[in-house]
This record gives sequence, C-alpha cells and structure tokens, in this order.
Amino acid sequence: MLLLRTILARLATTAVTLFGVAVIVFVVIRVVPGNPIAMMLPPNATAADIDRLRALYGFDKSIPQQFLIWGWGVLHGDFGTSISLRQPVLGLVLGRLPATLELSVMALVMAVLLGGVAALTGTRKRGTRVEAGIDVANGVAMSVPDFLWGLLLIILFGVLVPVFQISGRVTPDLKLPFTTQFYLVESVLRLRFDLTADLLSHMFMPALALALPLAAIIGQLLKQSLKETMHLDYVTLTRTKGYGENHVILREALPNAILPTLTLIGVQFTFLIGGTVIVERLFSYEGLGNMAIDAVINRDLPLIQGIVIVFALLFTAVNLVVDMTYAALNPRLRHA
Amino acid sequence: MSGYLRIRNLSVALRDSGARLLRSVSLEVAAGEVRGLVGESGAGKSMIGKAVLGILPRSVEVVEGEIWLGDVDLLRLPPAERRKRVGANAALIPQDPLTALNPSRRIGGQVTDRLVDILGWKRAKAEARALELLAEVHIPDPARVMRSYPHELSGGMRQRILIASAFAAEPRLIIADEPTTALDVTVQKQILRLIAAMQARHGTTLLFVTHDLGVVSKVCQSLSVLYAGLMVEDTTVADFFRAPAHPYSAALLAATPKYTDPWASLMPVSEAVIDAVRAEVDAAETEWRDAR
Ligand SMILES: Nc1ncnc2c1ncn2[C@@H]1O[C@H](COP(=O)(O)OP(=O)(O)OP(=O)(O)O)[C@@H](O)[C@H]1O
Ligand SMILES: [Mg+2]
Repeated sequence: MLLLRTILARLATTAVTLFGVAVIVFVVIRVVPGNPIAMMLPPNATAADIDRLRALYGFDKSIPQQFLIWGWGVLHGDFGTSISLRQPVLGLVLGRLPATLELSVMALVMAVLLGGVAALTGTRKRGTRVEAGIDVANGVAMSVPDFLWGLLLIILFGVLVPVFQISGRVTPDLKLPFTTQFYLVESVLRLRFDLTADLLSHMFMPALALALPLAAIIGQLLKQSLKETMHLDYVTLTRTKGYGENHVILREALPNAILPTLTLIGVQFTFLIGGTVIVERLFSYEGLGNMAIDAVINRDLPLIQGIVIVFALLFTAVNLVVDMTYAALNPRLRHA
Repeated sequence: MSGYLRIRNLSVALRDSGARLLRSVSLEVAAGEVRGLVGESGAGKSMIGKAVLGILPRSVEVVEGEIWLGDVDLLRLPPAERRKRVGANAALIPQDPLTALNPSRRIGGQVTDRLVDILGWKRAKAEARALELLAEVHIPDPARVMRSYPHELSGGMRQRILIASAFAAEPRLIIADEPTTALDVTVQKQILRLIAAMQARHGTTLLFVTHDLGVVSKVCQSLSVLYAGLMVEDTTVADFFRAPAHPYSAALLAATPKYTDPWASLMPVSEAVIDAVRAEVDAAETEWRDAR
C-alpha cells in the first residue's frame, strides 16, 4: 500500500522533473552559438540548401513550436532523427545505454565493495595505525576526481604494467554472439567466459576510476556511522551475551549504520553516472556518455535532447530504488 | 564466606593519563544474595559492572586486581573464553530500555540469540523458553511480541523484555545498572518488584546499581558504598540503616528524606564530610603510587 503510494507520488514528480529538464535543455542548446545545419553541409552549399535542410529538421519554426512538435513525438516514442548519424535518436540511445549501465553498475559494485571493506576494517581496527592508514587512503581517493584516476590508471595498468585494456568496450575483431547490448550480462548467461574476461579487462580501469572517489565517500561515512553505532547500548548489551567483535560489527551495528550510507550512495551514484561522460571518452568506451560528447561537438540537437532525457530518467530511477531499499531495511518506515 | 562474584583490589584507569577511576575496589556478592551498589554520579558504579562483564570502554583499562566468577578469575582468561564464560553465567539489565534493544531486529531474536549462538540450544527450544519467560515477566501475547520490533513497544514493555532476556540463560549472576532510572515513576515500582520477584524465584545472585537508598532498603540484603572510585563502606542493609559506619554513608543516609526528617533532602552532604572522604581518597591514591 505504502509502496504503491510512494511509487505513484514518485512517478508524478518524475514527470514534472523530466518536463523541466526537457524545456531547459531544449532552450539552452538552441540559444548557444553553433549551427548544426551548416556543419552538415559542404562549404560551397547555397543559402537555399541551408534553408531546405533547416526546414527538414524543423529549425525554421519558433522554439515553442519546435518544442511542441518534439514533445508530441516523444510522447509517441519518437525522439527525432540524429543530425550527424542520420538515424532515429531512440535507437541510437537505447543501443548505447546498456554499455553505460554495465559500466556504472560495475563501478558501483566496486565502490561498495572497496568502501565497505575499508569501513569494516577501519572499524575493526579502530584507534590503530590501520585505521589511520585507511583514513589517509580515503582522503586521497576522495580528493582526486574520476577522470584523473582514469589517467593515473592508464599510466599504471595501461603503460607501465600493461595488464588491462585501455581502449574500447571489447576487442574489435572478436565475433560477438550477442543479441542484446548487455554484453557483460549476456556473456555470463551464455557461459562465454572468454568474452566475459575480455569485457572485464576493458571495463576494469574506467570502472575503477569511477569507483574510487565513491568508494572513499562510502568508506568514510560508513566507518563514521559504524563507530557511532558501536557505542550504542544495544551493541554493548550484545557483547555481554558472549559475542565477539566480528559478530557485533556485522550483525548488530552494520544493519543500522548502513542507512545513512545508503541515502548517500543514491545521490553519489547519479554523480557517478554523470562521470561516465568524461571517463568513457577517456577510455574510448562505446557508451552513452561518449556519444553525448560527439553529439555536443556536432551540435546534434535531437541526439543531445534524447541523451539528456535518458540520463534524467536514469537518475530518477536510481533515487526510487534507493528510497525503496531504505524503506525495506528500516523497520520503522516499513510499519509506519 | 565465598561469594559467587568476588572482586579483589580492582583498579581501572584511563589509558592515556593513568588516572584511576576505580581504586583497589574489593566487593563480594554471595550466591543468591542481592547486593546494592550506591554512590553519587561518577563514583564508578557502572565501571564495576562493565569490568565484570568485559565491556569497559576502550579508553580505560584494568591495571590490577582479580574478578572471580565462581571459581575462575575472569581477568586471567583469554578474551574469547572470557566472553563465553560471561555470556553463559552472567547477564546485564541495562539502564535505558529505549536504547538497549536493536531497532532493526525483532524481539524474538534478541531474546533467543544468546541461547542459540552462545549456549548452543536448538532454535525451537530457545523460542519456547523465550515465550515462557516473556509470560513470566507479564508480557501480554508473548508470541506477537516476539515478532515485534522495539519501536512498537513501550518503555516498560521493553524493560520487561530485557529482564526476560537477562534471565533467559539462567545466569548465576545478574548486574542491574539503575534499571528503573529511565522509566516513568509509575512503571518504576512495577519493574522493581518484578526484578525482585524474578531474582527470588530463580535464586540469582544480583548486583543492583542504584543511587536510591529507598530502593536498596526494599530489594537488597547487603550494600557497598562507592565514592570517587573508592569503596568506603561494605555492610548489610540492616546495619547500614541502623548505624552507617562511614561518615559519608551517614551523610548519604541523612540526605535521603524517608529515613530522617524530610527537610534533610534539601541539604547537600556537608563539606566537612566531603573533605574527610576526599582526604581518604587522596591517602589511598598516595599509598597506591608509593607501592609502584
Ligand atoms: N568512556 C569513558 N571514558 C573515560 N572515562 C569514563 C568513561 N565512562 C565513564 N568515565 C568516567 O569514569 C567515572 C565513573 O563512571 P561511571 O559511569 O562508572 O559512574 P557511575 O557511578 O555509574 O555514575 P552514574 O550514577 O552517573 O551512572 C566517571 O568519572 C566518568 O567520568
Ligand atoms: Mg552508571
């Protein structure tokens, strides 16, 4: 009941948010300088040629009119045609989205694992040099942005100790038996672990670059809440029952300490997805972010709009999942 | 006399400064006896209980002494063994029932966990035992309560649950650390009576921490008075209320309205008494320093 209401309320706000995002993007990319049509045509094209093409893409109409036409199309599943790639935007975006999803989720998993281990180890060894070391590592990982981590990793694992692939999503001359764009998932399902290995080798560095700052934030906050929780009476009472440190941390403290971290992960994960734009570019990873940069360079207005809408949808979906997980983990909300 | 809990010359000190919070405290609780532990706030009452149960804060350490539980000195056991021994033979009734239950775990698991995980009982047996105990502490509909989360229950109910949980493993020793202070006045009496009744029925050795001499007179047979980490009096309740041996105890008693004239409660312990007991603490401290 509560769940249904939450979802409905969330859908309503999502619609409003998306509309706002659409309007802003639509207007902004039409006001900034740069003429997409002129870029498509050879230098000797006549003014008449340009006008013809402008009319074809609807750029001769006023911005509100253009928006209505575009919005009407979107509601019917038509996001228009990419100017630079001359294909329907929806197909292009959906073709690239799985690559970005796989990369982001992999980065999230890495961040949670790294941050979780850091927090648990730091709590277990609180007050010792180990904890101090973890604090320093967290501080460093947090203050270096993802793309710089990308560069550092390229130097480290791409150049000095070349163990991972630097570029692309998969080795180009491999024959791929896939029917979807979720290569990693499909390679596992089809038990083609050779391909899984190749995909992971490509994904490792960009995912780690995206993961490190988030891992540090998770590690820091989770350790902080764990340490606070460790002082609470119910934790102490559990100790008197005969339980050791590991049990106390994992079973008593962690489930309660994790709630604030969960909220934070939600917010930070959307930042991480934003980070894919540059990191994908850096590693020539064929995802949505990389496509977004091309779209901006080419002033491909329909494609930019489509990508932005998909990113916005993704962000809202992430927030919804976080809220639901939070409610599921917190009995006080579950029974409210 | 050989008590079930025997603390000998226990000193607990801050790790960084070395300042002692307990000064060579000795205390004995005979099997089946209820001993009160009184003293003003900060005297170190809770510290004694924590030292016994092995839950001292990380900032403090035991610097000397013995804590005998039955026939073993807990301080000589390796940590894991000590935890098991304490978990199986002792239990705590905490001060604040609102914070002493894990908010994200159901009541049932929090009452049975020690039985199953530490004592190795079968889950079904542990659950039957928990139901039985919840009924014994007058919890209505124990089966439903077992499935509840702490936030669904009142403070009084939660303290009953914690009492049931403390008695679940039939421990020889229970330490109750101001178990009624955090409760409504109306509930305090019921809980006090419940603890006394449970103790009598189960024959448990009980160390009852409080600063309420009225409570001591009702539930305890013997009494220890602590001041600034120093044990200043160790006597039976009957003797204490007849004629406290130590001037500080006498002043404490005088400051408790019921037993003398009601205006006395408005009088603080006199400065002369405080100076005298402070001098005693200083002497103990000097003696301890010199001995090292
Ligand atoms: N975690 C801690 N670290 C350092 N010192 C502490 C800590 N907890 C308590 N102390 C100090 O130890 C002394 C004894 O504290 P304790 O909690 O045993 O007092 P108490 O007699 O139980 O008082 P109250 O009636 O207020 O509960 C106090 O001086 C207190 O400041
Ligand atoms: Mg106390």
